[in-house]
Amino acid sequence: MSLTAKGSRTLREGVIGAVLFACAAASTLVTIGVVLVLLRETLTFFAEVSLVDFLTDTRWEPMFQDQHFGVMPLLSGSLMVAVGAGVIALPVGLMTAIFLSEYSSSRLRRALKPMLEVLAGIPTVVYGYFALTFITPILRIVFPGTDIFNAASASIVVGVMIIPTVASLSEDALRAVPDSLREGAYGLGATKLEVSTTVVVPAALSGIIASFILAISRAIGETMAVTIAAGNLANLTLNPLESIQTMTAYIVSASLGDTPQGTIAYQTLFAVAMTLFLITLAMNVLSQWVLSRFREEYQ
Amino acid sequence: MSVHAPLGTGETAFDRRRRIKGKVFAWMCGAATLVGVAALAILLVDVLIDGLPRLDLAFLNSFASRFPERAGVKAALAGSIWILGLTAVISFPISVAAAIYLEEYAPKGWITKAIQTNIANLAGVPSIVYGILGLALFVRALGLERSVISGALTLSLLIMPVIIMASQEAIRAVPGTIREAAYGLGATRWQVVRHQVLPMAMPGVLTGTILALSRAVGETAPLIMVGAVGFLAFTPSGLTDQFTVLPLQIYSWISRPQDEFRQLAAAGIIVLLALLLTMNAVAIILRNRAQMGR
Repeated sequence: MSLTAKGSRTLREGVIGAVLFACAAASTLVTIGVVLVLLRETLTFFAEVSLVDFLTDTRWEPMFQDQHFGVMPLLSGSLMVAVGAGVIALPVGLMTAIFLSEYSSSRLRRALKPMLEVLAGIPTVVYGYFALTFITPILRIVFPGTDIFNAASASIVVGVMIIPTVASLSEDALRAVPDSLREGAYGLGATKLEVSTTVVVPAALSGIIASFILAISRAIGETMAVTIAAGNLANLTLNPLESIQTMTAYIVSASLGDTPQGTIAYQTLFAVAMTLFLITLAMNVLSQWVLSRFREEYQ
Repeated sequence: MSVHAPLGTGETAFDRRRRIKGKVFAWMCGAATLVGVAALAILLVDVLIDGLPRLDLAFLNSFASRFPERAGVKAALAGSIWILGLTAVISFPISVAAAIYLEEYAPKGWITKAIQTNIANLAGVPSIVYGILGLALFVRALGLERSVISGALTLSLLIMPVIIMASQEAIRAVPGTIREAAYGLGATRWQVVRHQVLPMAMPGVLTGTILALSRAVGETAPLIMVGAVGFLAFTPSGLTDQFTVLPLQIYSWISRPQDEFRQLAAAGIIVLLALLLTMNAVAIILRNRAQMGR
């Protein structure tokens, strides 16, 4: 091979390597972009509203004459939906994972898993429709006096939505537990229930907990289903049958209305989004930490 | 007295209780699995009952209207297809390039680890936050206004982490012996990637891309943020045109209290699910073909 051909080959390789690196590094620009955009307007917002008011005021009324900027009603709305969804999805998802990993035949699993994937792939706006036209009417029959828009309906539908997250991540963790552990327990005379709950689940606990945290974080970030089903009334309450507003629903409703750039209403969008971003980021980091810190390594 | 019965004398009360407890637990787990499946079935039946009577060719070929009997999804369907195509064109090459870098080129070090962690975290950022980014960056700062291209760029940012991670997995599954053989014949790193690794990883990469794109097609919230509208009487003809998409059209119909609009929403959902189902079917065919080729 001539020297120049070799030189141009090295040059080409170098250019390709640089382009590929640029594409990978661009992902960090996205994060920086998100942080900068949120930070800029949030800082302007906190120049006018004190952080203490934001965190302690119990009313969220940015559009009224007498403005209140307490994020608590929105935060409690998001948490209520997330807790309700978790109560449904964590046990159901974990038991689904145990069934798929420990009990079902491989043929049955091959039939069931695609259904869970479809469930995970259904757009959230469809879940919103389902909550409003199917779940809410049932709730209103069972509990007369339930608001048309209510937290319970949103919780149920978000719970269904995150079942696949819990089930599939937990199942991966359960299946990663080596068979020798199961066989050892069976050899000591344990039943399948005892093997599943006292050997396999504890061995896979880091993965299971990580899946729980991720699923709850998804529930907090969920937008359309809660906007449609839970309503748009910032309401500090513990009653799930009342209309509430989550952080995500506020962002949608405020951006649907007229919010010109530079106004305080526009800045609330970013302040709330920043709160949401920090909460979900913390939960995602926590779930990765649980995975790496408490992982049981099996060879 | 022994807790275990001697052979042939039947079981003790203790064993019997354990056996029954095991049975009950097995049934409970089976029932839990059915919750997801049943929810899916009820949801689909509910939508089909509400929407099928309203679904016909005129529905696909009419614009939104104040009169429910004349309304259709023409603008929304066209908008969704525009968004699908543009998002694919923008996100696919960058994501695959990033995945190739991380799997085949990246040196082991803190930079690579930071990029990898960052991508995993981006995948967990709520979609509405991407909407805020799109609003501030594309719509306002870059002056792209409420256009198809703003929407497609925003959704590209949203799904790129998903495509990157799926592509990495597909590339990792290519056996190392293939690379070593090609290097042994004197191929450069790029030649190995271009002619050996990528062709073998492609079915997995495409499956991951299609699944990510179907997520983009179902997204509503980020597009509300970048200003897609629920009521539009034309289809986009260029990158800077206003647009609407199926999920947004459905949302705007759901928001109306009249039953006729609820029916329209259900019919729109059927169209959206049919589009997603087609995309998923393509992904499954690709996956099966890849598995047969091995």
